[in-house]
Amino acid sequence: MNKHHREALLAPILANNPIGVQVLGICSALAITTRMDKAFVMTMGVLLVTMLANVAVSLVRNHTPGSIRIIVQLSIIASLVIVFDQVLKATLYELSLELSVFVGLIITNCIVMGRAEGYAMQNPPLASALDGIGNGLGYGLVLMLTAFIRELLGAGKVFGFVVLPLAKDGGWYVPNGMMLIAPSGLFIIAGLIWLLKTIKPELQDKE
Amino acid sequence: MEHYLNLAIRSIFLENMALAFFLGMCSFLACSKKVETALGLGVAVVFVQVLTVPLNNLILTYLLKEGALAWVSPALAKADLTFLAFILFIGTIAAAVQVVEMAVEKFAPGLYTTLGVFLPLIAVNCVILAGSLFMQERDYGFKESVVYGIGSGVGWAIAIVAMAAVREKLSYSNPPAGLRGLGITFVVAGLMSVAFMMFSGIQL
Repeated sequence: MNKHHREALLAPILANNPIGVQVLGICSALAITTRMDKAFVMTMGVLLVTMLANVAVSLVRNHTPGSIRIIVQLSIIASLVIVFDQVLKATLYELSLELSVFVGLIITNCIVMGRAEGYAMQNPPLASALDGIGNGLGYGLVLMLTAFIRELLGAGKVFGFVVLPLAKDGGWYVPNGMMLIAPSGLFIIAGLIWLLKTIKPELQDKE
Repeated sequence: MEHYLNLAIRSIFLENMALAFFLGMCSFLACSKKVETALGLGVAVVFVQVLTVPLNNLILTYLLKEGALAWVSPALAKADLTFLAFILFIGTIAAAVQVVEMAVEKFAPGLYTTLGVFLPLIAVNCVILAGSLFMQERDYGFKESVVYGIGSGVGWAIAIVAMAAVREKLSYSNPPAGLRGLGITFVVAGLMSVAFMMFSGIQL
């Protein structure tokens, strides 16, 4: 694995994080992070779709005329998402009901589209695959952190296992209902971005 | 009538695409620096939404649903093509956006220059696809899907214009260095979303 490949894989995880730095794929990060299992399935979906879409787009990049590339990319991505959706419905039916429209929305998740357009159109398949994995991991990192905070403080659980026994079940922890409503995701991600930009000051916005 | 009015109110305020479901966040954050561009994008989204949700509803009812193909030949009465919904929806949306773009360019050149880059981007805006997917999930009829298309588009437009107005004022504030830009925008969006939650009791 040479330097170029390592960079494609590792840069998007922190330094070029899709959510925190590139501002891509935020929609789903907010809506499905109330529980860690939902966030995990979503991460897997985005990771697989981004990786495979990157490879496919990269393979046809020299045969795609510029004027129809968006349609080509969209149909590749949509086909991959259909496969993921069908597999999810067949294996984890209840979870797929809870994720409802958000699995379908992976199609328009800007990470997939943005990486296909921004990276895979110019790079060979292997590097594109690594870039897809890296961006999927970077996205997953933010998603899992947010879901961890929300599920732990909002329901006292991690991945559905009780960590903080709730007061109403005879424990001591009184859950913070605020964490389960939608806006808390925004505040948590704002906090994570603040943290990231404090650790890496070169990412801060200029005046 | 009351049913449709109720649906419109619900889709504009209670189930606001941007502030209750956080859909279309990418353009919501990227294009909300000025009220003018926000308004342009908002209008374009309403336009495309009103076009695509009913169109996708027709596709779903007459082509994809179980038994929907019975009008072609009785042999196809059992065919269920709903799994193709994603790819057909996104195809319709991309085509509709293309048509809208050409129409606007021909008949309203002024508006075209203002909307410019945003029009093609709408094809990959999750609000549009989500409108069609929610329509499918909730089994809306044709008239309901027209109302839902208008309502969800208008709701999103209101949200992005309000957001842009706040951000114009925000440029005079002085947040901590790490929060500047994206971070503080998230906080503002969160506060607006909390504000929109007050609508949650409304019902006609």
